[in-house]
Amino acid sequence: MTAYQSVMARKNEIMKKAVGIDYDRFELEGCAFDYERMMREVGYSLDEIKGIQQRTRVGRTPLIELRNINRLIKQISPAGKGGRLFLKDEAANPSGSFKDRRASVSVYQAAKLGYKGVIAATSGNYGAAVASQAAKYGLKCIIVQETFDSRFVGQPEIVEKARACEAFGAEVVQLSVGPELFYYFLVLLEETNYFNASLYTPFGIAGIETLGSEIGEQMKDLTGEFPDYVVVTHAGGGNLTGTARGLKRVGAERTKFIAASVDLRALHMASDVDFNRKSFTTGHTGFGIPFATFPDRSDVPRNAARPLRYMDDYLMITQGEVFYTTEMLAQLEGLQRGPAGNTSLCAAVALAREVPEGTTLVVQETEYTGAGKCPTAQLTFAKSNGIEVRHGRREDSVPGKNILIPRNPEELGYERVDMDALRASYIKQVIKQYQKTRFSETEIAFLQEDCRIDRQTLEHLTEKV
Amino acid sequence: MAQTAYKGTWVKISDTILKVGERAPNIPAETAKVPLVMHLNGFLLTDEAQLGDRATIETLSSRIVTGDLIEINPHYTHSFGRFIPELGEIGPHLRKALEKEVEK
Repeated sequence: MTAYQSVMARKNEIMKKAVGIDYDRFELEGCAFDYERMMREVGYSLDEIKGIQQRTRVGRTPLIELRNINRLIKQISPAGKGGRLFLKDEAANPSGSFKDRRASVSVYQAAKLGYKGVIAATSGNYGAAVASQAAKYGLKCIIVQETFDSRFVGQPEIVEKARACEAFGAEVVQLSVGPELFYYFLVLLEETNYFNASLYTPFGIAGIETLGSEIGEQMKDLTGEFPDYVVVTHAGGGNLTGTARGLKRVGAERTKFIAASVDLRALHMASDVDFNRKSFTTGHTGFGIPFATFPDRSDVPRNAARPLRYMDDYLMITQGEVFYTTEMLAQLEGLQRGPAGNTSLCAAVALAREVPEGTTLVVQETEYTGAGKCPTAQLTFAKSNGIEVRHGRREDSVPGKNILIPRNPEELGYERVDMDALRASYIKQVIKQYQKTRFSETEIAFLQEDCRIDRQTLEHLTEKV
Repeated sequence: MAQTAYKGTWVKISDTILKVGERAPNIPAETAKVPLVMHLNGFLLTDEAQLGDRATIETLSSRIVTGDLIEINPHYTHSFGRFIPELGEIGPHLRKALEKEVEK
């Protein structure tokens, strides 16, 4: 057995020790497990999370109406249409993104259980968030990131994240492209006995619930009502899951949750060549679709992020459209924020033109910006990797070949992901993972909940698969 | 640039984690034909090392790791990039659109 095989064979054992959760006790039967019981018994109450987050100044970020963008939306919408956008300015968190909410609960848990340090596998803002929280708790911190291709050329956005992590005192393990990052992550967990600050534990998700509850309360204050829509940048599914759960906790039963991802469907996420042909390192379909259709692919046995339970609609936009919207936010609202965090803003602008006047839409995050993670840096990098950058319409966009910048806001649009196709693909994964097509009553009830469909639709989709 | 680093200097090392042939099954061919490589920063523990030498470092989480010395006093060079004409015109264009509305 190679070193790789032997470490991978010990995966569950290593993981159990590194998160301090016995996932077995939530298993029901076959593909089914008791999700709500896991969230209840392992996670924290909303008040406890608020307390944990206030101690390290996480959360309670401003929510503002985007008045100038809303005037523009009115201008470009048909008569009687044009929603009002509100923005939750998550860049105001200590390390500059909503990821502080997730990290705050994970690192608190690590400190409470007596771990000496924390490890997280992430190339994104979560690394800086864990590093920042670890600094506050005096814990050691290792961030493992996929940084460069075999030429050692790194995505500027990821390199910036490494800089931020080091600035908070974390060790940054930088790896070349490949899914074996997970193997080395396990090696490090075994070597250090640190806590796995996974994005996908109940702590990581519970931490985001305050984002949802704050949105509910702030919108009530501003408009007297809960929002009609919340638009969420979707990658691993935690952002959507946590936000929706938080809003439901404060009573927002009618709010619709719209996922938004940058369309990178043509690019292979494990390809050494495709790696630097993308200009977004998160918030894209490369995570968004696989994590919706098979959440348990994550680094813990049972993923607490289960987006299909909460997702009402899923919109894809292009890289060029997000860069356009990032300029719009800076120039019309005086808010310079990172492009990846503006994925949901981009989809929300397009969606706002179609909904009746007065409809409220909350764009639920922003992220910090700076060298490496800003439109000019990312487009300069794209050009140096042979990507054509020019004016053009979304229909002609080909991820990995070109990035097309709209000429005017009317050109902002989206492509809808077929939700039933997504659910069918989830069922296909379950059939593949569990090697069966007949399910017990317990499993059927679980699948209905996990896909949010009735029994008839489940049977119909299973037959189709 | 200095070629020699002394004990205590902030350096970058490189090490191969998985050689070609040891990599995971089912990865794209272009990824399978190159090794999985790690870069890591830390303070040099070896008394003296030249670029390319094997060197041992202490990382920011106090781990002791050995690899090939590839950079002395490593720093970040990522930037704001160059001017992108297609982006530069967005702000003025949108502001004009709102100004017109006020005139109306």
